[in-house]
Amino acid sequence: MTQESYEAMWESLNLDLSAHDGLLGVLGKFYGDIYMSQQGRLKGMEYLDFVLSEVHGLRIKELLEAKAQGRKIIGTFCVFVPEELALALDCVQVGLCAGADAGKEAAETLVPRNTCALIKSFVGFKLARLCPYTESCDLIVGETTCDGKKKAYEAFGELAPMYIMEVPQTKTPAARKLWKEEVLRYMATLESMTGKKVTAEKLAKAIKIVNDRRRVLQRLNKLRAAVPTPISGRDVLLINQISFYDDPLRFTGAINALCDQLEERIKKGEGVVPQDTPRLMLSGCPMAVPNWKLPFIIESSGAVIVGEESCIGTRNTRDLVDESGQTLDEMLDALADRYMHIDCACFTPNDERLENIESMASELKVDGVVQYTLMFCQPYAHEGFKVEKRLTDHGTPSMILETDYSMEDVEQLKTRVEAFLETIK
Amino acid sequence: MMVLGIDVGSRSIEVVAMRQGEVVEKRHGPTTFNPVQQINHLLEGLEAQMAVATGYGRNLVQELSLGFPVQTITEIKAHGLGAHHLFPKGRTVLDIGGQDTKALSLLPGGRVGKFEMNDRCAAGTGKFLEYSAQIFQIPIQDFGAYALGGDNPPIINSMCTVFAETEATSLMAQGVKPENIALGLHLAIARRTVNMLNRVGLVLPLIFVGGVAHNPCMCNLLAEQTKTKIDETLFVPKEPDMSGALGAALWAQEIVAETT
Repeated sequence: MTQESYEAMWESLNLDLSAHDGLLGVLGKFYGDIYMSQQGRLKGMEYLDFVLSEVHGLRIKELLEAKAQGRKIIGTFCVFVPEELALALDCVQVGLCAGADAGKEAAETLVPRNTCALIKSFVGFKLARLCPYTESCDLIVGETTCDGKKKAYEAFGELAPMYIMEVPQTKTPAARKLWKEEVLRYMATLESMTGKKVTAEKLAKAIKIVNDRRRVLQRLNKLRAAVPTPISGRDVLLINQISFYDDPLRFTGAINALCDQLEERIKKGEGVVPQDTPRLMLSGCPMAVPNWKLPFIIESSGAVIVGEESCIGTRNTRDLVDESGQTLDEMLDALADRYMHIDCACFTPNDERLENIESMASELKVDGVVQYTLMFCQPYAHEGFKVEKRLTDHGTPSMILETDYSMEDVEQLKTRVEAFLETIK
Repeated sequence: MMVLGIDVGSRSIEVVAMRQGEVVEKRHGPTTFNPVQQINHLLEGLEAQMAVATGYGRNLVQELSLGFPVQTITEIKAHGLGAHHLFPKGRTVLDIGGQDTKALSLLPGGRVGKFEMNDRCAAGTGKFLEYSAQIFQIPIQDFGAYALGGDNPPIINSMCTVFAETEATSLMAQGVKPENIALGLHLAIARRTVNMLNRVGLVLPLIFVGGVAHNPCMCNLLAEQTKTKIDETLFVPKEPDMSGALGAALWAQEIVAETT
C-alpha cells in the first residue's frame, strides 16, 4: 500500500493531515535515534520495527476493514477495561495514544493546566485530530481510576462516544460486588451495540487469547532475569506498548518467536549489555507510546532496565484469568476477580503493590529501582514514599524521578540518573 | 604526573590541577556563551596525564581532543568527594550553584548516600540571587553584604524568579526598606534549602559549597535555619566554588592510582 492511499484513509478519518505528517516525522526520527541505533538487537525485533512503522498505516487499515465487516472498534485508556468481553463479541480493542505532547494548548482549554501529561495528551490528540485510532473507535471506554481522568472524560465525552466503567477504590467485598456489576453493565452495553450475545464458548476463547498474550509477556519478563540480560528495557517497553494495539494472536506468535531467540542467546551466555552493567527496574506511572524518554536516558547512562512495574508492564500481565470456569457465570466471576487483583495506586490501601515490587526486585536481581512519577499524578506520587521506604528496608537503592513528556529537563534527569548509578556502583 | 579536575557549570568553569596528592594550580572563569573556547583558554599550558570532567558541560570536555584521556562524573559525586576532602568530618553537603541546588548525605570515605536536586527550574539558586540583585541594581558580589543591612525581613513566598520580582516590587511600593526585601529574598532560599537538606536526612556537620557560599548573608541564614554554628557544625571552604573541580581532580588521581 502506498503512502498516498494512507493519506486518503487519514483524510476519511478527518485527521489534520499536515499536523499528522509532522507527528509521523518526529516519531520516525525519535524511533531512529532511540531504537534503530541500538547494537545487538535480535531478528525478532523486526516485527516491532514493522508494527511501529505501520502504527498509523497498516494497522489502521486493518481496523477499518474490520469495521467494514461490521466489527466494532473499542478504544481504552486503562488496563481495567476487560478486553475479553470485547473479543467475545468479535470487537477489536485498542489502547489509545497518550504518550506524546500533542495539542497541549488546546487540551488546556478543557482540562486544568496542572493535569498530568497523559491526560492532556489524549485530550490533545483528539482536539488536534492527530490520532487515527481515536477517530476509528465506535466506543471509547474510560474508567474512574483517578480524579484527573474521571473529570477529563466528562469533557472528552462531548467529543467522542464515551462509556465510563466505575472502578472501585478499595478491595472490600462490597467493592468486588460493585466491580462485578460494572463488568455486567459493560457487557450488556457491548451486547446491545453489537447485537450479539456473549456465550460461554466465545468468552472461554477470548479469555484464552488474552491470557496467552499475558503468558508470552510473562515468559519474556522471566528471561530478563538472566545476567547479562538478553534484551534492552527500551525494547521490552515497546513490546508492552505494542501489545495494546496489535492483533493479539499475531502479537503472541511474534513475541513467542522472539523469546525463542532470547533463550538461545541466554544459552550462549550472550547479553545485550556487558555482564557488569547495573540492572534497574522502573516502577510507577505508565509510559504510553511513544513515551520513551526516561528509558532512553537511563540506558544511555550505562545502565539497563530489566523490569517495568507499571500498567504498560507487569501490572497488565502479572495476573491471568482463571480458565477453569465452565459456565458463563463462572467465567464472569473469574474475569471480575482477575481485574480486582490489579495493584493500581487508585486503591486504598494498596499494600499488594509493595509486595509485588519487592518480589520483582528480587527475582530480576536489580541493583536499583527508579520510581517514575508523571507530574501531577497524585496516586503514584503518594505511593512513592511508601515504595521508597519498603525498598530501603529491602536493601534496594531507589530514586524518584518526576517528569512529563517535555524535553527541557533531559539534562537534569541525566545528571540524576548518572549520580544514582554512581551511588550504587 | 599531573591530573586535572574540570567543573563546567552553567555560570562558571573551574579547573584544579593536582600532583602527588597536592593541589598545584587552580583556575576559574565564566562559562559564557562559548564554553569550548573558555575551557581551552583555562587549560592553556596545563599538561596532564588525565582529567575528570564534571558539571553540565562534562560531556563537552570529553568531546574536545585535549591530548589526554577525559572521564566524567556527576557534580553530585564531585562535590561529595571535594567537600569530604576539605572537611573529612562533614556528613551532609549543600551545593548552591548557578542553576542547581543539591543536597547530599555522605557515607564514610566521601561516597554519596542520598541526594536531592532541584527540578527543571532554577528557582532558589545562584541565578535567583543574580536576578534579584539586578532589581536592586547591586553587583551580585555585594548583594549578600547589602542584605545583611536588613533587620526585619518580609516573608517572600515565591521561589520563581519572575514572581519573586513581582513580590519584591510590590513590597517596595509598600515602602518596605530595600535591605529588608533583600534579606527576605535570601531567607526564602535558605528556608527552601533546609527542606531539601531534611529530605536527605540532615546530619551535622554540614558543608556548604558552590558559588553562593561566597555570600555572607546566605551563610548566616543557613546557620540560623539549620541551627548550626559556622566553623563548628557548618563548614564553608575559602573557595567554595572550587569544590566540584577539586572532587573531580581527586577522582582522576584515584583512577590513575588504580590503573598503575
